[in-house]
Amino acid sequence: MTDTTAGELSRTRGDVPLVRALNVSKSFHGNEVLKGIDLDVHRGEVVCLLGPSGSGKTTFLRCINQLESIDGGRIWVDGDLVGYREVKGHLHHLNDKEIATQRRDIGMVFQRFNLFPHKTALENVIEAPLIVRGVARKEAQERGRRLLAQVGLADKPDAYPGQLSGGQQQRVAIARALAMDPKLMLFDEPTSALDPELVGEVLRVMRELADAGMTMIVVTHEMGFARDVADQVVFMDGGVVVEEGKPTEVLGNPQHERTRSFLRRMRSEHDTSLADDAARAAGTDADAPV
Amino acid sequence: MSVNSPDTTERPGAIDARPVPHPWRWVALAVILILVAMMISSFLTNERWGFSTALQIMNQTPVLEGLWKGTIVGTIGAMAIGVVGGVIIAIMRLSTNPVLRGVSFVYTWFFRGIPRLVLLAMIGSGIGFLYSELNFGVPFGQQLASLMGLSSDFTFFTLDVNQFSSTLLAGIIGLGLSEAAYMAEIARAGIISVDKGQNEAAQALGMSRGQAMRRIVLPQAMRVIVPPTGNETIAMVKDTSLLSAIPVITELFYQTRAIGTRTLQIMPSFVAVTAWYLLVGSVLMVGQYYLERRFGRGFTGKAPKDKRFARPAGMGGA
Repeated sequence: MTDTTAGELSRTRGDVPLVRALNVSKSFHGNEVLKGIDLDVHRGEVVCLLGPSGSGKTTFLRCINQLESIDGGRIWVDGDLVGYREVKGHLHHLNDKEIATQRRDIGMVFQRFNLFPHKTALENVIEAPLIVRGVARKEAQERGRRLLAQVGLADKPDAYPGQLSGGQQQRVAIARALAMDPKLMLFDEPTSALDPELVGEVLRVMRELADAGMTMIVVTHEMGFARDVADQVVFMDGGVVVEEGKPTEVLGNPQHERTRSFLRRMRSEHDTSLADDAARAAGTDADAPV
Repeated sequence: MSVNSPDTTERPGAIDARPVPHPWRWVALAVILILVAMMISSFLTNERWGFSTALQIMNQTPVLEGLWKGTIVGTIGAMAIGVVGGVIIAIMRLSTNPVLRGVSFVYTWFFRGIPRLVLLAMIGSGIGFLYSELNFGVPFGQQLASLMGLSSDFTFFTLDVNQFSSTLLAGIIGLGLSEAAYMAEIARAGIISVDKGQNEAAQALGMSRGQAMRRIVLPQAMRVIVPPTGNETIAMVKDTSLLSAIPVITELFYQTRAIGTRTLQIMPSFVAVTAWYLLVGSVLMVGQYYLERRFGRGFTGKAPKDKRFARPAGMGGA
């Protein structure tokens, strides 16, 4: 019911965001890591979350598909309140099954891939469609092979994750998330655990996904990707959104000192790793950082 | 540095170096060989070993029956109860539900705390003394029925405990309950050893907790669970000899010793029973090897059954 109304609303008005976060707060053992985050992500948009480590961007991403619970504020995905049901002005926790149902439509890609090591690449991709959606095995396998081809791994369906490079594993992980036909994809520093020369192949897959119209929220340190692909860049620091806007504004003409010093640090790191960038540029065309 | 290098302009070639000498290995080998020779000589010359008698005892019908029912069926039954029960108790222990956690803790505390010999003796003689029959029905049904003057007492099924408590099945259940407490700790260690990210990835794909546990976490935990479970199984083979405390007498050691005492062939009967236990243990070790290989999939680096990707297609004409 809520799904259709939200869908119709978006079609008629076009301005209802796919993800809306209002005043989201979260503490770990008294340490406040999110201090009132507001964010709207519209359908088809790519939003990049930037910021120093410890700024809360990964925690915020994990709150969207309930790998962390929030202490305050609200998050809606496609019109549905995340994690709770509101009855007569009172919030009720959703049970495990309802939470699992909400997560089905949200794909997540992890920094450390988290592929299932006891399953082959193809088995990783078809696992959730088989178990969660109840798709027939043959159909799931055909779809799985197409998805592996889409991420450039048509020749690796029978390889175990341990036999693949980091970049290949991360591409399998993207295919695995896509197999559930998500309406939203979350990327948690998808290239941070990769060797520099493998970053390009993963960013290229993500770029193609963005071009195909997927709604994406990406926590990343890849300034080049943020500049070229993002519709909106959000700079977080100390649990708050410091600055947000078009990449040209936030990256090209930052208004806040904290943003400027962060970008300066990223650039100096960039200067000391020119060799890495050369390797990356050789692998791709335009993914080199700013 | 260049001072130390030889004057030759030739570049060094393949290495042909003498190995480090290990004289003590040879000494140890000599000592062991002498001991083995002495043992073999004793086997051949000391007739009290009675190997041919032992072989005969091994093939007696009561011994074979004891081996089959007591040792083999007993081990399989008790381990089946132990593994299933242990996994359930381990999952309860790791649950967010405090009631389940408490039940699991108390269970482990109790069954790990009492010796199996005592437990089996108690099941064999004590339970039937306390409760001569077990009625399965509505809780407090009998009291309710007499209170309301009803003819039915809400009992659906009655078990004669005194008859049941001395059977092999009772012994198997006793050993299984005890084993479950140990297996729970092993299963818990296995589940904890699986990276937290695996559970997160499964849940992010929309799997329920149960699905994530069954499909993703447990199969990986098995890699850690199988080796100590092999240990437990071999220990259980030996512990089935405790079944005589129930008393269940169709049991390997009881029957072998009985024959030995009756025929005054004490040592040959010990040799016979030792040989059977070693044989069963050896078969189990082979089984464990294959189980470990099965659950090591994706971890060993080489593919287990499928040879196709031993040479990945992308490698081209290698």
